[in-house]
Amino acid sequence: MNKPVISEEKLLWMYETMVKIRVHEERAAELFAENKVPGFVHLYVGEEAVATGVVANLKKEDFISSTHRGHGHYIAKGGDIKASMAELFGKTTGCCKGKGGSMHIVDLSIGELGANGIVGGGIPHAVGAAMGIKLNGLDDVAVAFFGDGASNQQNFHEGINLAAIWKLPVVFVCENNGYQISLPYSKQQIINSVAERGKSYGIPAVSVDGQDVMAVYEVAKEAIERARNGEGPSLIEAKTYRFRGHFEGDPAIYRTKKELEWWKENKDPIIIFKKLLLEKNILSEDDSALIQKKKEEEIEEAVKFAESSPWPKKEDILKDVFSTSTKGVLVWEW
Amino acid sequence: MGMVRKISYAQAINEALDYKLSKDKKVIMIGEDIGTFGGTFGVTAGLLDKYGPERIYDAPIAESGQIGVAIGAAATGLLRPVFELMFIDFFGVCMDQIYNQAAKMRYMFGGKAKISMVIRAAGGAGMGAAAQHSQLLHSMFSHLPGLKVVVPSTPSDAKGLLISSIEDDDPVVFIEHKGLYAVKGPVPEEPQRIPLGVADVKREGKDITIVATAAMVYKSLEVATKLYKEGISIEVIDPRSIVPLDENTIVNSIKKTGRLVVVDEDYPRASFATDIAAIAASKCFKELKSPVKLVTPPATPIPFSPALEKEWIPSVEKIEKAVREIL
Repeated sequence: MNKPVISEEKLLWMYETMVKIRVHEERAAELFAENKVPGFVHLYVGEEAVATGVVANLKKEDFISSTHRGHGHYIAKGGDIKASMAELFGKTTGCCKGKGGSMHIVDLSIGELGANGIVGGGIPHAVGAAMGIKLNGLDDVAVAFFGDGASNQQNFHEGINLAAIWKLPVVFVCENNGYQISLPYSKQQIINSVAERGKSYGIPAVSVDGQDVMAVYEVAKEAIERARNGEGPSLIEAKTYRFRGHFEGDPAIYRTKKELEWWKENKDPIIIFKKLLLEKNILSEDDSALIQKKKEEEIEEAVKFAESSPWPKKEDILKDVFSTSTKGVLVWEW
Repeated sequence: MGMVRKISYAQAINEALDYKLSKDKKVIMIGEDIGTFGGTFGVTAGLLDKYGPERIYDAPIAESGQIGVAIGAAATGLLRPVFELMFIDFFGVCMDQIYNQAAKMRYMFGGKAKISMVIRAAGGAGMGAAAQHSQLLHSMFSHLPGLKVVVPSTPSDAKGLLISSIEDDDPVVFIEHKGLYAVKGPVPEEPQRIPLGVADVKREGKDITIVATAAMVYKSLEVATKLYKEGISIEVIDPRSIVPLDENTIVNSIKKTGRLVVVDEDYPRASFATDIAAIAASKCFKELKSPVKLVTPPATPIPFSPALEKEWIPSVEKIEKAVREIL
């Protein structure tokens, strides 16, 4: 297969997106440590190439379903970081009006069907979006992002099988970061790759280096085109690694410092991609520094927006439970 | 005016589905054996032939996946799925999608999502189907914020409430009592809508209020008819939807009669029956002339043997006894 030709503009978008996710996540870690961001926060540092390489093949109308580690998907798909940062803070200007938090950031207007606090919970939602696409005769696709832990869950097996038998335009992207919280992949499955499971559902499946955004882009392009052309679903396993704990505050006693350092030194997706862009003269060190600065400013602006935004009001608790109002008592109050 | 034709509860539900499928291309159905087989209880007969496999999805046994697909399709706004969970008892294999996903999405997303979908399921005891195929479970679903819960008793209510449920923009758990599928009653041919949250006073009375759901409505009416001959006037209220609940109609009736019996086929603890009793205690305390009586099954799984099952299900005799005890 010939390597796809990617425009410089797209390559730079990919680089900027990865940097944006990295800066966002490192800032979120600080804000969590400062007790400004409450609750549970799962960061995407180290996995940036997966969301970026996949979403680089999508258009605004395409759908994605996401996970508890969902900031990267949201940012790559084009989510407004002011709205998501305010949501992380629990402010009323957040994308969920402060009712969802980090695990539920969403932007349906760009096809982002929501982060999800339940492992594997969002997989069939992408299949449903694909059903809607097919029945409405649209040429959009849906992508389900999930982790290695989710690939042991019923919704993985059921969701993929339903998409396969109904030949729906959906791509399943497993971000295998090597650990289901603490349980290593080798103790979750006796196979070598989640992609091996594609065969049992009769769909194309491939495993790819998730730290190499170009490699992710290429396999995603093929799978997404297949879906768009009505040829049904595919499964991609992107082997990746999270540079931070499962959640912020995770002591990560289940892996060695040496292992973490090896990944950071040898498999940082941003360093790998930057090297490639420098070699190809698409990016200079100055450009890279400028992008870094620009992204830091963007994130700071979002943080300022979040910090200065008002808290939701007590009466908001009772709102947004239902869409259609009815007679009778629908929401019991205090 | 001519007589309104009589059709069965199952046919009435079929008519509601047929009507919505014909009028709204976004309406699709997903479920097990709902196509060629026409549904385990025959409720979806003929719909596959009429609407084809791209509207009527005969699905493999993967309830969580199926509901998840319905939720995703609804969240995009592209479809309005009606999912058939063959037996309500099977919620156990797919509850996460019902209560953590469908029920909460709108709220968690700050009002951004509309999950316009219906989960239809057969419930109810009396067929010797034992503990995993006989439960009604509306109490459990009404416990969980974000779900609307409908439990129709008559063919006409089933048709009108199902049309309203499909047109509703929230997830609705629509529980069909399988002991009622063959029951016939007058059902208008035109697609009348019965709003959720409006109780139906199935029989007016002044001495005692019975609040009953699903199959228990018929047994309560039987008792009301019998005791009327003795001069005891019983009002029988069918709330029809548990969420939303027409609290006013129930409270006003209790205030009028001063006496309440709740007759329900669901389990007794933390239940619909105790919920109604709590409403009576907190809102009608002054008007109550006697203790509230609950006629429910015991807190046990449902036994198989006909000899046991008929004792487990609230009977006409038990309802009558409860009424006499508080008069």
